[in-house]
Amino acid sequence: MELRWIDYVILLAYTGFVVGIGFALKRYMKTSADFLTSGRSIPAWVTGLAFMSANLGALELVGMAASGAKYGIATAHFYWLGAIPAMIFLAVFMMPFYYGSKARSVPEYLKMRFDERVRALNSISFAVMTVFASGISMNLLAKLLNQLLGWNYHISLLVCAGIVLLYVLKGGLTSAIYTEVLQFFMIVLGFAPVVYLGLKDIGGYGKLKEALQGVATQPQHFALAEKGFASDAWTSTWTPILGGPAANPMGVDVFSLVFGLGFVLSFGYWCTNFLVVQRAMAAKNMTAARNTPLIAAVPKMLLPVLVILPGMIAVGLAALNKGNYELPKVPVATSAFEAGAVAFQTATAAKLPAEEVVKAVQQKVPVFSFKETEFRALVAQAEAAPLTQTQIVDGLKSSAILQNSYDDVILSLVERYCPPGLLGLAFTALLASFMSGMAGNVTAFNTVWTYDLYQAYVAPNKSDSHYAWMGRFATIAGILLSIGCAYFASRFNNAMDVVQLVFGFVNAPLFATFVLGMFWARTTGTGAFVGLLLGTGTSAVFHGLTLAVGNIVGVKGGYFAQMVGMQPVIFPSEMAQNFWLAIFAFSVCLLSTFAISLATPRTKTDEELTGLVYSLTPKLKDDPNVPWFARPGIVGLFLLACCVVLNIIFF
Amino acid sequence: MGLDIRLPIGLMFTSIGLLMTIFGIFTANSDMYERSLGINVNLWWGIVQVVFGGWMLFSALRPQKPSKD
Repeated sequence: MELRWIDYVILLAYTGFVVGIGFALKRYMKTSADFLTSGRSIPAWVTGLAFMSANLGALELVGMAASGAKYGIATAHFYWLGAIPAMIFLAVFMMPFYYGSKARSVPEYLKMRFDERVRALNSISFAVMTVFASGISMNLLAKLLNQLLGWNYHISLLVCAGIVLLYVLKGGLTSAIYTEVLQFFMIVLGFAPVVYLGLKDIGGYGKLKEALQGVATQPQHFALAEKGFASDAWTSTWTPILGGPAANPMGVDVFSLVFGLGFVLSFGYWCTNFLVVQRAMAAKNMTAARNTPLIAAVPKMLLPVLVILPGMIAVGLAALNKGNYELPKVPVATSAFEAGAVAFQTATAAKLPAEEVVKAVQQKVPVFSFKETEFRALVAQAEAAPLTQTQIVDGLKSSAILQNSYDDVILSLVERYCPPGLLGLAFTALLASFMSGMAGNVTAFNTVWTYDLYQAYVAPNKSDSHYAWMGRFATIAGILLSIGCAYFASRFNNAMDVVQLVFGFVNAPLFATFVLGMFWARTTGTGAFVGLLLGTGTSAVFHGLTLAVGNIVGVKGGYFAQMVGMQPVIFPSEMAQNFWLAIFAFSVCLLSTFAISLATPRTKTDEELTGLVYSLTPKLKDDPNVPWFARPGIVGLFLLACCVVLNIIFF
Repeated sequence: MGLDIRLPIGLMFTSIGLLMTIFGIFTANSDMYERSLGINVNLWWGIVQVVFGGWMLFSALRPQKPSKD
């Protein structure tokens, strides 16, 4: 990919505007609350778009296109099942407690509702998680710029971090929220033409559907899956899932999808993750705070068109062989083919049948498979007369079906359809989503650090200007720690996987604590604290006893099983393993919190829990100035109905 | 917060849009548009952005009702 001057001008214009916003906001940053919580002053449409785009980082853009190619339209479950219902629940039922309690963060709510232990547990794991998350995303960004444009890894990393530091330090959370809104429009305007051109090239959605139906019956030709599915596997959301794990490319069953993704993981993320909830808490009043997730739900529902459809278009293009388009591939070094050739020679010399020769070669060459007829021909040739090493290497190379590099799918389309100018716009959109992802994490980190760790445990009862100073200091420290994590991620890929895994363990049971805490006054601090620890422990044990098909024991699971010398329980896919893990962790946390709460005395009186627990809070009166059809409950129901309709259309 | 976000959004997209429109006019017959299926996307998408940015600017700058917004 080569950028021309026009592309650089667009990129610079965007950078100029985000830094400019930071400087323009500087004079409004007077107290620590202005800086860390936006002084609760932002209109709902702005917090709504920020709420949605805080989650629309570059990892999401790249990952959803990748899943669109890998699994087809069923990926939309991450939106229509795994996000919208939880967002509506947050708006209608949970926001009144978050916003009404005047808590400045999610951990602070936990302290008000339970006790310091629960807050400490949640804030420490959250603070560490945000730093790692932004580090991972920065590492990816710098790698991408390096591979794509040949920019220096270190300079790309430091310049992008510097820009984020500049605008967050000047404008605080408001800056981050404004930039997220800017990024949202940038992504829509930058990616919509790519999707339009891709669809036009294929000949419309009908043609795309036809092409994908052909792919579904023989996905092995495109290195998408080992064996064929029913023809609607890439173009229906529910039918393939209802057929069981073997009938859909995700390898999941309907129960774990609905309960694991649609309930535990989705509600756990959208209703308790401070990174997104913070956006709603910055709204100017209760109505705006409750409307935030509802406004966010509208673009969220339509987003699959921009983020999942490109992946499906890529597979369609490859299937129709439009302009020789191929899915991006994972390159294989010639040295691997040479090692494969040695294995080939040994195997053919031993007169093994072709199926055995393939197996021997595949152990040395990391490819998806070999084209059968061509490989058999090569074996027959070798049997007739010994081939030279070069002949075998060439033969293997020409018959190899390489593995897909799914993460490059979105960029391959941008490159294919964007002339200079539009290329700059699409590229800037991608860069913007990386930077605003970093800013989102840093602004969540500095608030939790300042209010929930520093003010709570290190230096209570200081002046507000001291905490405002600490907020700025934490911003700088957060960015520096993220840079450190980025380097860590670039060096120790495996260590990074472990870190992410551990956070998965911590997050899986979290929603059980919130749901009991908010809706059952009897829940005690000890119950919540011990329940959370047991839930997290369950995640770790479950992961150590299970494994997905095709994975080896290690970071992917199975380690405890190996330790005690038993066979790990095998799941049809990693996704199924994750969904079931969440279900188990949630259930254990829910049941143990329930049981321990009954066994321990209450520490908070009814008065103390007013405004924090559903049954003890006077029912929120809807603002009489708001017409009935604009009330959160009604809007929520309407959005839920729209979501159901979408599911039916693409059933 | 004192700064209306529609202002920077409007300014940014009108300027990027204008830039792309002008670039599109000057490169109208260039073969680089083979990539975009023969459509001069810079021209058309530039105009779309100018319209969007202009609408944002208009709504930010028109006289405000004396409400709490």
